[in-house]
Amino acid sequence: MSTTTTHHQDAVMDYDEALATFDPVMGLEVHVELHTNTKMFCGCPTEFGAEPNSQVCPVCLGLPGALPVVNEKAVESAIRIGLALNCEIASWCRFARKNYFYPDMPKNFQTSQYDEPIAFEGYLDVDLDDGTVYRVEIERAHMEEDTGKSLHIGGATGRIHGADHSLVDYNRAGIPLIEIVTKPLVGAGERAPEVARTYVAALRELLRALDVSDVKMEQGSMRCDANVSLRAKAGEPTSAEQLAVPLGTRTETKNVNSLRSVERAIRYEISRHAAVLAGGGSILQETRHWHEDTGVTTSGRVKSDADDYRYFPEPDLVPVAPSRELVDRLRGTLPEPPAERRKRLQNDWGYSDLEMRDVYNAGAAELIEQTVSAGASPSAARKWWLGEPSRRANAEATDLVSYAADLGFTPATVAELDSLVRSGRLNDSMAREVLGGVLDGEGGPTAVADARGLELKQDDGALEAAVDTVIAANPDVAAKIRDGKVAAAGALIGQVMKATKGQADAGKARELILGKLQ
Amino acid sequence: MTDLPADLTRATAAVLGEALADKTISSVELTQAHLDRIAAVDGAVHSYLHVDPEGALAAARDVDGRRSTGETLGVLAGVPIAVKDVMATRGLPTTCGSKMLEGWIPPYDATVVAKLRAAGLPILGKTNMDEFAMGSSTEHSAYGPSRNPWDLTRIPGGSGGGSSSVLASFQAPLATGTDTGGSIRQPAAVTATVGTKPTYGGVSRYGLVALASSLDQAGPCGRTVLDTALLHAVMGGHDPMDSTSIAAPVPPVVEAARRADVSGLRVGVVKELGGQGYQAGVQERFDESVQLLVDLGAEVVEVSCPNFEYALAAYYLILPSEASSNLAKFDAMRYGMRVGPEGVEAPSAEQVMAATREAGFGPEVKRRIILGTYALSSGYYDAYYGSAQKVRTLIAQDFDAAFEQVDVLVSPTTPTTAFAFGDKLDDPMAMYLNDIATIPANLAGLPGMSLPAGLASEDGLPVGFQILAPAMQDDRLYAVGGALEGALTDRWGGPVLNGIPDLPTAPADRTGV
Ligand SMILES: [Zn+2]
Repeated sequence: MSTTTTHHQDAVMDYDEALATFDPVMGLEVHVELHTNTKMFCGCPTEFGAEPNSQVCPVCLGLPGALPVVNEKAVESAIRIGLALNCEIASWCRFARKNYFYPDMPKNFQTSQYDEPIAFEGYLDVDLDDGTVYRVEIERAHMEEDTGKSLHIGGATGRIHGADHSLVDYNRAGIPLIEIVTKPLVGAGERAPEVARTYVAALRELLRALDVSDVKMEQGSMRCDANVSLRAKAGEPTSAEQLAVPLGTRTETKNVNSLRSVERAIRYEISRHAAVLAGGGSILQETRHWHEDTGVTTSGRVKSDADDYRYFPEPDLVPVAPSRELVDRLRGTLPEPPAERRKRLQNDWGYSDLEMRDVYNAGAAELIEQTVSAGASPSAARKWWLGEPSRRANAEATDLVSYAADLGFTPATVAELDSLVRSGRLNDSMAREVLGGVLDGEGGPTAVADARGLELKQDDGALEAAVDTVIAANPDVAAKIRDGKVAAAGALIGQVMKATKGQADAGKARELILGKLQ
Repeated sequence: MTDLPADLTRATAAVLGEALADKTISSVELTQAHLDRIAAVDGAVHSYLHVDPEGALAAARDVDGRRSTGETLGVLAGVPIAVKDVMATRGLPTTCGSKMLEGWIPPYDATVVAKLRAAGLPILGKTNMDEFAMGSSTEHSAYGPSRNPWDLTRIPGGSGGGSSSVLASFQAPLATGTDTGGSIRQPAAVTATVGTKPTYGGVSRYGLVALASSLDQAGPCGRTVLDTALLHAVMGGHDPMDSTSIAAPVPPVVEAARRADVSGLRVGVVKELGGQGYQAGVQERFDESVQLLVDLGAEVVEVSCPNFEYALAAYYLILPSEASSNLAKFDAMRYGMRVGPEGVEAPSAEQVMAATREAGFGPEVKRRIILGTYALSSGYYDAYYGSAQKVRTLIAQDFDAAFEQVDVLVSPTTPTTAFAFGDKLDDPMAMYLNDIATIPANLAGLPGMSLPAGLASEDGLPVGFQILAPAMQDDRLYAVGGALEGALTDRWGGPVLNGIPDLPTAPADRTGV
């Protein structure tokens, strides 16, 4: 067996070797902050990034005597999420108090749900990278409130250990949260980390389509806790023999805050568990912290069965009992299921499977959709979004949507860029230059082109556009030219002359046609 | 012109309201009379934890000013009131009788307090109570007990002993209370005053520092049934800030108190709440009152509620369970007391929490937090909290069955008259038994009232008569209470409080606040 030792002294086993010996099982808990106008149990605003402790009141500060009132909008969002995850919706359920002491929790209990979640027993089908579908079984989705945020001042790590003192910001306390918990995910084998990433990506897409959350992992409005355990390998991942093997001890890696981290953290934990187990050791049931920079997890709090939250039904709230009429009405507000939508979009846009997967992996589907409806062609929309913006988003370790939103770089901007090309003002390389300027914050496409003096001679521009149109309209002829039958160009030149009403220079047209096709 | 006594503090709130309305007196004059009375006698009684002369007089001036401009005001506008220290009062200390909240000044008003202010009742101050409303004697107040004006060596009841003793010593014509297991009714009983625990949800809990959320209910305290009804009407009604508040108008309590009619009413005497374990003089006064109701035209029958036997046990599981969670917020992080652990340099937040809770909570509070924490623990939940909730259902069913036969239920409010300080302090079970007759109404969420039934022959101390009614039929309490009060007052030739001994006057020694 080959193991390497990290600077945290945890041994890890080579991933392939680990998978040859063990079968991984995962459980994913995703917390989603709803973007309701007000908090879960009071009227305070929920905006992100406000002055610390400026969005608080007696209720969310847990002042003596204050009482909660349920945010109906949050309940509706929870029901819509449940329905979109193919869950049953409880006709009657209660909140419960989860009791434990923590400085950023104002009441020292979290108002949550325990054995009566609002939604339960659902699933989400996710498309893996090779196009196969994995069904993620959902155990439950329940409503709760977020905690405040501790800021540890002093010390090197920003963690509580070694800090001089701590400050607490209660703006986040009481923000509505939905916790979505999967059943143990089995049968994924070596693809477990990929399943986790694609599930979280699909969930994010679904929640965005539902318009219930900002789902910004880097801002914490979507957070993933990943449970991993290994059991002895007994056959193919989905074989009856394998599924019969009891589950191993799990660890829970907290707050993994990007899609890439979800995949990496699970992969790391599989390798680490494997090294411990193969060395004859046993896994400690504990929480782990994921370190994005070093790519390892470190030990957090030891969990045990003695963890006792003393749950009991919240006596300050009345039960939530959504009527069938309400549930049916909310069902009517659900967006098109993402898988169906994806097929429809692919068909509409004429993308290949590979192109479509790239678009989804880049998280660009909505952006492209909006760009197309702003007037751009599907192929141009894909080309521009997956080019420089994606490269820069990657370099900044953020996702494309957040990157673009932060920059104010919108689908309309891309459509404007495309229209400059289509109108013949810019050619492809000029457009790339303009895009770079826009992303550097120099202004909109037209402004950047003006400022940089980028403009094809009007004639050339119109001619080039005509050539593009003729090529696109005659794929058979274009293919012949590509194969070297230069003589076939004559037919296209004739059409270009016709399209430009004889205004074009035929020699120039020939040069352009051959340039584009050879 | 109303018939006002020379000493305004002896008048009823109803009479004072009329005298204010016809401008015979001003609210400033009336409020000052009470502040003078407080200065004279509260040293002996220790009803108040905090007195607010400036605030009360400012509110009185405001009401007088509004009245002089011809503004139409409520019937209690200008009548001063004492507020139990469990209710959040903006700008006024709110300690709940605990060191834990010493110095805490709430930034907001409880809904009940906001309603009092809106109705123009000047707030004289905050009344003493057992710490976080845990107790039947005020001996568990961190600031020392209040005394029973009938006998200063005896308890004024609890937890609302501050409010009951305020009324019995004429330091306010009205007071607020909260009743989780009898904290309004038992103090009323042992001081010969009136107190009502409304239907659960009938009065907002917003701003009441919670003891046991599913049992707590704020209510009115007065010296007469009508005064109590007038205050009930001001305090009650739906509050969108309290999810458990009932969205319905306050039952017609004032009309019922004025009507004071029991003819044809079916009255059930609860078999399980009387007889063995009840002081002879208490039983005697109770039986006499029942006979008066018969004389007034009520039809009296005996009714059995077999599951009441388990009420006390269920109550002492549910209450500590909810309290253990409700009191978790007192952790020194955001308000109230904060102490560091001794001999620890740079203590952690957890160490500060633990040290503060050790220092800030009294023994009874700690006892109940520990009980509740245990009862909710996994593995014990079903046996304790779960079973207690089942008992609660059975008790509600007993009430349902009883109210199919009768319109109201009656019993003595407490098994005994006021006991002496220290008598039950070392025996929590004996203390808890004091609430045996009042607890069932809290478990079922039903309204209950205690009113004076006279003095026990063996010790000359007040006896309380309890009336219980179905949910949202609070007006029945006042109809029966008003009728009985009238008959008893006629028999005595005046209110029983007229016979209360004079108090020594002594300067107040108000600790802590
Ligand atoms: Zn708030």
